[in-house]
Amino acid sequence: MDDHKKEGFIEDPRYKQCNKEALMGIGLGILNLIWWYVFGYGLGSKAPEDYTYIMGLPMWFFMSCIVGAVLFSSLAIIMVSKFFKDMPLDKIDLEDEDNI
Amino acid sequence: MTNIHWNVLVPLILYFLGVFLIGFYSMRFVSSAQKDEGHNGFLSEYLAGGRDLGGFVLAMTLVTTYLSAGSFIGGPGAAYTFGMAWVFLAMTQMPTGYFTLAVLGKKFAIVARKINAVTITDFIRERYKNDALVILCSLSIIAFFIAAMGAQWIGAARLIEGSVGIPYKVALIFFAITVLIYTTIGGFRAVALTDTLQGVIMTIGTIALFIATIHAGGGVSNIIQKMYEINPGLITPYSIKEGFATKAWVTSFWILVGFAVVGLPSVGMRAMSYKDSKSLKQGIIYGTVVSIVLILGMHLIGAFGIVVVPGIESGDLVIPTITTKLFPAWIAGVILAGPLAAVMSTVDSQLLIVVGAIVNDLYANYMNPSIKKDGRKTAKISFASTLIVGVLVFMTAFNPPPIMVWLNLYANAGLISTFLWPIILGLYWKRANAPGAFASIVTGVGTYVLFSKVWPRPLGMHTIGMPLILSLIAFVIVSVSTKKPSKEIIKNFWGI
Repeated sequence: MDDHKKEGFIEDPRYKQCNKEALMGIGLGILNLIWWYVFGYGLGSKAPEDYTYIMGLPMWFFMSCIVGAVLFSSLAIIMVSKFFKDMPLDKIDLEDEDNI
Repeated sequence: MTNIHWNVLVPLILYFLGVFLIGFYSMRFVSSAQKDEGHNGFLSEYLAGGRDLGGFVLAMTLVTTYLSAGSFIGGPGAAYTFGMAWVFLAMTQMPTGYFTLAVLGKKFAIVARKINAVTITDFIRERYKNDALVILCSLSIIAFFIAAMGAQWIGAARLIEGSVGIPYKVALIFFAITVLIYTTIGGFRAVALTDTLQGVIMTIGTIALFIATIHAGGGVSNIIQKMYEINPGLITPYSIKEGFATKAWVTSFWILVGFAVVGLPSVGMRAMSYKDSKSLKQGIIYGTVVSIVLILGMHLIGAFGIVVVPGIESGDLVIPTITTKLFPAWIAGVILAGPLAAVMSTVDSQLLIVVGAIVNDLYANYMNPSIKKDGRKTAKISFASTLIVGVLVFMTAFNPPPIMVWLNLYANAGLISTFLWPIILGLYWKRANAPGAFASIVTGVGTYVLFSKVWPRPLGMHTIGMPLILSLIAFVIVSVSTKKPSKEIIKNFWGI
């Protein structure tokens, strides 16, 4: 905060939450990438004749893409509904600060 | 003109009529905004839909804008040739639905309202206060997008040609007139609403086609086993050719089509035009679910196509071929409206971005600043430039000049390397300044063009990987070693 006083203005109080939400988005994206990579290449690097199947699909694809898609869509929904906060987007006045 | 498939044409015409209706509906908003004096009334309506998008519309317009002809024609075509590895690769687009909106998120929307921005270049101008940078960005938008649109229009016309049986040039005119009219009269609101209609059609079409394909192939198990018999590589993540779908290359698509999409102006513009934070939440939820259904569905259809319709010479024809084979003609017409919708929804947004760059970023800022106060005049100029750009693109698609072909090659990557870091760092890093932005654009675009000639897979990655890393480094080093941005800018962006 000292830094901001020096610059002579008060930082928009909504940004703290905005930054948090952006970081969550990045975090989820990276987890998504790891899941996709580990299952895709972890199970898919065997010789194709040794593949196991689930619902007709090769296990690597099923885990990486199907389970991954369902899991990360669900996580995105949870992230948004639990951790994203509603806030006004228009210009705000100082008095509004308490309402955020 | 004797081989016209009327059964396919009639549903397509009905669909085009629906699109026109939306255009006329949106025209009411545009014409009332024309009478608005000052406050950017007209441009805010025409270029950002009056910042009025609800969650569902936001999701649909975002998803359909970045899923272009590539995802509906080229993508399934590649999956047809390269098998499950290409579906696996396509899934790198999975985070786009939540990632772009979460990262640009509310902050971008708040900032856009603070500085009254209706285009990405508005944001760049206010953040960096540098005319040369603004002009560079606007010109890059105009050149790259006109080239990119040309390619999309060619795809659309080929699709109509193939499915309806009318000559290419007639198809192109048919398509061009439709897009031009609803975009010109209705602006962003028309674009977002038609995107929604198109998104719904794409989703229904994808699901129907997916079910029919599995049915025709005798079940998933059977299809996968047959793919294995054709070539075991078809069911591995490494594809059929050694050294083609390598780990590093496939994984680097996460950068190109997953994360860096944030840097596309047509995507970023959507992140400034939604109504409230609730719309953003819903936008993320719908956007993620719809994009997964579309991406997974379309690419699996393409991959399974090798069993259902073997022996197609060009992968690009796999979707039209499957559709006309599996469905009665009139349903095929409805389903083929899906990929056509994908093209249209990408093109209309690009068209509007180019118009924004011309009218808002260049004309209103540098040539005639008083114009912003005059809604009627701005409207006239916007309509006129929409038409002119449309005609230019039409000519490009009719007979592409060599420079356009060349520009198109670099279009997406060029836009991403131009805008990604100036947007992200401008939004989240106070120290980011104009020289830094310049350095990153020059480094990004320059190394991309260079690498695609001499080192197309740097360290095994897709060409875009390294240039983005290098341009980030250039941005940071140059920013830190030059003057801080002025207090006024920081206050404007970060203050209340």
